[in-house]
Formats: sequence, C-alpha cells, structure tokens
Amino acid sequence: MKKKISNGILYFILICLSLIFLFPFFWALVTALKSPAEIFAYPPSFFPKELHFANFAEAWTAQPFTKYLINSLIVTFFAVVGMTFSSALTAYGFARFEFPGKNLLFMILLSTMMIPWEVLVIPLYMQYNFFGWLDTLKPLIIPSFFGGAFYIFLMKQFLRTIPKDFEESAIIDGANYWQIFCKIFLPLLKPQMVLSAVMYMIIVWNDYLGPLVYISNSEKFTLPIGLSLYKGAHTTNFSAIMAITVIMTVPTVVAFFIGQKHILGSNISSGIKG
Amino acid sequence: MYLKGKQKWVPYLFILPWLIGLLVFVAFPMIFSLGMSLFDWDIVGDRIFIGLKNYIDMFHDELFYHSLKVTFQYAVILVPLNVGLALALALLLNKPLKCLGAFKTIFYLPSVLSGVALALIWGWILNDRGILNYLLSLFHIKAVPWLKDPDVAVWSMVLTTAWALGSMMMVFLSGLKEIPEQVIEAARIDGASGFKSFYRITLPLLGPTIVYNIIMAIIASMQQLTVIINLTNGGPMKSTYMYSMYLYENAFTKFRLGYASANAWVMFIIVMALTGAVMFISEKWTYYEV
Repeated sequence: MKKKISNGILYFILICLSLIFLFPFFWALVTALKSPAEIFAYPPSFFPKELHFANFAEAWTAQPFTKYLINSLIVTFFAVVGMTFSSALTAYGFARFEFPGKNLLFMILLSTMMIPWEVLVIPLYMQYNFFGWLDTLKPLIIPSFFGGAFYIFLMKQFLRTIPKDFEESAIIDGANYWQIFCKIFLPLLKPQMVLSAVMYMIIVWNDYLGPLVYISNSEKFTLPIGLSLYKGAHTTNFSAIMAITVIMTVPTVVAFFIGQKHILGSNISSGIKG
Repeated sequence: MYLKGKQKWVPYLFILPWLIGLLVFVAFPMIFSLGMSLFDWDIVGDRIFIGLKNYIDMFHDELFYHSLKVTFQYAVILVPLNVGLALALALLLNKPLKCLGAFKTIFYLPSVLSGVALALIWGWILNDRGILNYLLSLFHIKAVPWLKDPDVAVWSMVLTTAWALGSMMMVFLSGLKEIPEQVIEAARIDGASGFKSFYRITLPLLGPTIVYNIIMAIIASMQQLTVIINLTNGGPMKSTYMYSMYLYENAFTKFRLGYASANAWVMFIIVMALTGAVMFISEKWTYYEV
C-alpha cells in the first residue's frame, strides 16, 4: 500500500515535469498556427480560434527557404555519410590491430574532444580562405570525411568486444583486411553506425556557427542561418518565425525517433569509468 | 593483432583518414593559431610580430574582464542547476516504471533542437507580454522584463539552455545502470534508509559520471554562443556578453585575428585549468573502483 502511494507521487511528479518540458514545443506550435492578430492578444489564448495553416506557406515563401533547405540537405547528407564511414574505418584500425604508437594516437584522439571550437575557428577560417572554400558548402562537409573522435570511440568500444576468431578464420579462407572490414565488421557495426549517423545528423542539421563564420553569400545559407536572419528582419511576426522553427525542428525529431532505441538504450558512460 | 612484413602498414591505412584530418584540421590550425596570437594580425594591412603584447593588452581590456565575469555568472548558475536537475531526473527514471520510454523521450527531446530554435522559442516565451509573464500574473507575480533587465537577462539564458539537459540525463542513467543492485540491496538489509543508501553508496559510485558531466557542462557554458546571438545578442547593456561572444566579435566583427587568437588560447587554458580543478577536487570524495 505504501509502495503504491509513493509510486503515485512519483508518477505525479514525472507527469508535471513532462508537461513543463513539453510546453515550449506546444507553445511554438500553437503560435505558428495563430492569426497575426491573435498572437498579441492578452491574455494569450492557449488554443487558436482558427488554425492558420497558411502561416507555414507564407513564412516559407517570404525568404528563399527552399534554397536554404536544399543547402542544408546537401550538407547534412554528405557530412553524415562521410563521418559515419571514416569513423568506422578508423575505429576498425584502432580496435582490431596492434601497432607501434597506437596508445599514444588514441590518447591524442580522445584529447581532441576537449579542444574548444574557438581555438580552431580562426586558423580554420584562414585556412579555408587559402583553399578557396569560403562561401562554399565545402567547410561544412569536407572535414567530416576525416572521422570524429566521439564516434570513433563509440565504434571502437564495440569492435573490441568481438572475438578474434572472426578475422582469423577469414584469413585462413584467404580474405584480405579490406574484405574482412567490409564483409564482416561493417555489418556487425550497423547499430553503432546508425547511432552515430543520427547523432551527427542532428548536430550538422542544427549547426549555426559553422555557416555563420564561413559563409556570407546568401546563395549558400543553410536553414539555421536563414531562420536567424529571418527573425532579425521580422521581429514582430512571431507566427511566421515559429512556423519556420517548427519546420526546421521536424527532421531532427524524426531522426531522433528513428535512432531512439539506440540513443536511449546506449551506454554512453561505459568508457569514462576510470 | 600485430602484423608482420609488408602488412605492418595495414593498420595505419585504416586510421589514415583520421590521421590526415588530425594534421589538417586540428594540429596545424592549433600551431598556426598559437603563432597568430603573437602577431598584430588584422584581416588587411601588415602582420607585425609583437610577442606577448596581445596577451598583455587583454589584461588592460575592460571587455575581457566583463565577458569573463558574465560567463562566470552564467556558469555558476547553470552548471549546478543542470547537473542537479539531470541527476534528479535520472534517479526518478532509474526505476521500473510504466511508460519509462515515453518519459525519457520527453526529457530528451529538447536536446535535438538547434540553438537557434531554442533561442527563438524561449525568446517568444520570455517576451514582455509573453506566456511566462502571463502565467506568473495568475499567481499575482509582477511581470518580469526577462530580456530587457540587465539583472535578469542571464537568468533567461539559463532557463533557455537548461531546457536541453537530455543528453546529460542519459549519461547519468547509464552511470546508474552500472551500479550493481546487490550493493544497494545489501545496504538495505543492513538497515540503511533510502536517503542514507543514496548518500553513502549511489552518490560516491556515481562520482566519475558526476565529474564527467560537470566538466562537460563547464566547457559547454564557456562555449555558448548560438543561443546568446539569437536570444539577447549580448544585451541588454552587455549583461549577457559572454567570453565566446567577446572572442567572436574580436575575430569576425573587428577582424583583430591575432588578438582573438590570444583570447582563444586564454580560454583554452581556463577550460583546462577548470577541468583539472574539478578532477582534483573529485579525487578526494570519489571511489573510482567499482
């Protein structure tokens, strides 16, 4: 009986907290659906009198959001593919071989996660200028083809757990290491690759500072930059701003639900126990 | 396994993409940045070697102190709040409940939003005549000028960014899962109360995870920029003008690239020092052996 009551209190707390956490989403959506007049009504209405779905189309066409969307899609697609594959390659190298310098290199890999973005952004800006990459999508895509420390770490932790017999029997059958990687380990690595792809997709899709620094030509803007500028230009038209915000958020929420099982089930801390 | 003969190069081939990336996108830029910080290096004009002058100038720069102070104010509120709240949520969810997945999803969901979206949604909620002030008025609390009062604006930054604590909560949850149930069970049999077993067993065993999350939260708050630009743009009256914004403006508004590089290295040193301090302090009360 006592347990039942304490469980009831627990559920009550969790439901209240859930409502608080969900409220901003609800409020963004409701605002996006209100008429311009109703937005500034006071007291505010919790449910719009009429649903103005036209807000979405109007906001979308007020700026070249279609162009920004295409840029965002290009960047996200190539960056995610590049990151996932190159991280898998590197993780395989670290997990399944012994070689001189391995421990030192892996320490370096882990320590790169601690380097603040601010230290790298200025020299990278100069470097991309030298490469002729400024005002193109290249700075947002190409670095992803060289692996990311977190994803390499994640995949390496998994690859380490696979017994040695896997490649030994393949070598006896005459396979080389490239074939072993492609045929044996890549399929085994699929859950970690999906998890990495989803996590990185969310980061790339949401990236604001990268395009802010490297791109000043509006032809190459991505959605976060477009939305931020739109807000600067239409400070009072909040139904339109929220409409674009909602549109921009949907793909990451969908990606999250695709990867949900892996994200919420993953053991992210398993490496940090010292 | 170790490979012999010609094949000994095989492992290096597999890590080659990362190695090239390390050299081109991390190691060289870092050395280059350290070099730039010793120059009077503007986007146009001559680049003059000035030794440590950029670093010395910083200590006479009022904005340098101001931005550090604001960053400190923000971090001192946000880090304990975020770590505490994430830990509390993880403890609540570390029980066999119905709809556990749904609760986890709800608390995690804000983490998938862009900083731009966070800032715009909360900017609207915190509007003078916005929904939060309306809800407060129902409790007869006077409207708060969330984004217009220099004393309150930092709290608005905290509210906005604290909403996205989902990934920290997940790290805590996986840390909690690694605590063997027998240990807690044994404590209960020995007569320890729920609070005592939490304080004496769960908390110390969770030490490394807490340290990890505190370090990550400090680093994240030092680097916060997207939300600042889109929520307050450093205002009002520079009350949310944090260090990352100071650095960003020096680099890409004033184009003082040498000076901004020096700013970046000072930030790096501060982050490293804080990380070291957190790890040192935690050594004293944490059991690293599980």
